[in-house]
Amino acid sequence: MDRLSFRHATRRPHPGTRAEAIAGVVASGNLEILLERVLAPDLCTVEIETPVTGYGDVWEAVVADFVARAQPGGLRISINDGGARPDTVSLRLLQGARLMEEAP
Amino acid sequence: MSAWGREREARDARITAGRSLADGKHVAAADAVALLEAVLRPGDRVCLEGDNQKQADCLARALAACDPARVHDLHMVQSGIVLPEHLDVFETGVASRLDYSYSGPQGARVARMLSEGRIRLGAVHTYLELFARYFVDLTPNVALIAAVSADREGNLYTGPNTEDTPTVVEATAFKNGLVIAQVNAIVERVPRVDIPADRVDFVVAADRPFYVEPLFTRDPAAMTETQVLMAMMALKGIYAEYAITRLNHGIGFGTAAIELLLPTYGERLGLKGKIATHWALNPHPTLIPAIESGWVKQVHCFGSEVGMDRYIRERPDVFFTGADGSLRSNRAFCQTAGLYACDLFIGSTLQIDLAGHSSTITRSRAAGFGGAPNMGSDPHGRRHPSETWLKAGREAGGNGDPALRRGRKLVVQIVETFGEGLAPAFVERLDALAFAETLGLELAPVMVYGDDVTHIVTEEGIANLLLCRDADEREQAIRGVAGYTEVGRGRDRAMVERLRERGIVRRPEDLGIEPLDADRSLLAARSIKDLVHWSGGLYDPPARFRNW
Repeated sequence: MDRLSFRHATRRPHPGTRAEAIAGVVASGNLEILLERVLAPDLCTVEIETPVTGYGDVWEAVVADFVARAQPGGLRISINDGGARPDTVSLRLLQGARLMEEAP
Repeated sequence: MSAWGREREARDARITAGRSLADGKHVAAADAVALLEAVLRPGDRVCLEGDNQKQADCLARALAACDPARVHDLHMVQSGIVLPEHLDVFETGVASRLDYSYSGPQGARVARMLSEGRIRLGAVHTYLELFARYFVDLTPNVALIAAVSADREGNLYTGPNTEDTPTVVEATAFKNGLVIAQVNAIVERVPRVDIPADRVDFVVAADRPFYVEPLFTRDPAAMTETQVLMAMMALKGIYAEYAITRLNHGIGFGTAAIELLLPTYGERLGLKGKIATHWALNPHPTLIPAIESGWVKQVHCFGSEVGMDRYIRERPDVFFTGADGSLRSNRAFCQTAGLYACDLFIGSTLQIDLAGHSSTITRSRAAGFGGAPNMGSDPHGRRHPSETWLKAGREAGGNGDPALRRGRKLVVQIVETFGEGLAPAFVERLDALAFAETLGLELAPVMVYGDDVTHIVTEEGIANLLLCRDADEREQAIRGVAGYTEVGRGRDRAMVERLRERGIVRRPEDLGIEPLDADRSLLAARSIKDLVHWSGGLYDPPARFRNW
């Protein structure tokens, strides 16, 4: 089991007012993402629990690309990974960010 | 007898030796081992019919049960190493040499036995290449084939899974070889004659119907959003832009997703009637919604597919069928069709390197090729133009008179950047090279050579290799769609952006595709049960896919 933690500054707060959202499911090859609007508007943190060890640099790259693209300021993101491929992780992160833009 | 008829004399002697076990041409399953021991000679070249679909399994069991003191050192020349018996004969010494094409399920054992030196390997071929050698330097002395039924004279009905049989019989029967057929049933009159009786020497009534692998059935329930996204990109960025009407698909989930997007996303793009009308393809169940929606004009098949027979029978405008109404498939002709008459091949692979070479061989598995290298190659013998082929040729560049410029077949690899067990699909060095070194092979088993590949589609985008002008651009275009693999993270970001400006690398957003729209609801069928509904109840899926 690996626990990873990333902290990024963002240029702007994430749009929308929704306080929290969940994307994905806990299953093999999939992942569950909890997004909470609890941080300062120029900060995003991502905490990951994954059964697959040794992919820290891949996670770092996936998270950095996501933050650059979505600018999710104010969001604390917690990931419960079931061994998802990086493209699935990217997709779930973007899906979660979109959910947070919706009305609560 | 003149000195010019020795092969025929040998053939007559074999028939005489087998005759004592037969009633006419007919031999009971219980006597199959004795028949083979009577007619086979040490060192014979033997084609035991079997490919990635149907298997002459009763005769395979009989061959594996032969006494190695009587039958030994056979040279097996066959399409598929699929059943355990196909390798058991090398354990016992019944066979010692092998030339083959495909070995999906036995891939790991083939690799092990090769490295232990238990098999003397000639070569791993494509189907068409091995068929070609049947007529030149690998002509079988004895062919062991499979059919559905035979009549008293030995006329054979192969049923929808005709596949390799006519080719194997042609090479054997007309060059003084012996043809032995296993059949599921002896009947008064066969529904149609696929193989005439004068090409068949013995008929064995099998103890059970021959096995067929449902290799081309992909359960829509297992398709992912990533595969839907890749299918959307392929349709919009390749099928629409090159107006591809004549094509072949591989067996992966990515291409099955494309089939299921035709009546939904394809319809929305206004592509009906403009793309994907003429196919060289097995009867994929996932093509049913497109057929039912009027997309597909015709399909020629390498083989059949388990459960599709009744559906095909009711769609004779689309499929090739006999006077009896059932499908007539033919692997050799369909491979030729895929090679010369199709403008696109799209399929998946396990590994792609920086030059675009791809391979399905890994260190521990020798899966073989099957038909992919023929489908996935640019045939230099092609002479007829098509707008698709000419456009691809123009993109590949070149100088001089346009009337002297070759077109190009589109050869597309559609892969997720990470495969099973997070194995990266993009690598600096193919495992096939280590495999070749271990076994001392002169040639690494490459499925599609880089210079034949025109596009690579991944969830990150499309790389158009036709537009690359040197090896450096090619490498960066490949790295530019390799996602978070080491190869992908090792890209020159600035150069990939320049390639993107030239349309060599295209992202979903460059194609007007929002990745979040890649939803499973776009699939025309989301389960096997949906496919059954689409077929009006004519598709009868095998038990293992009845998961509802």
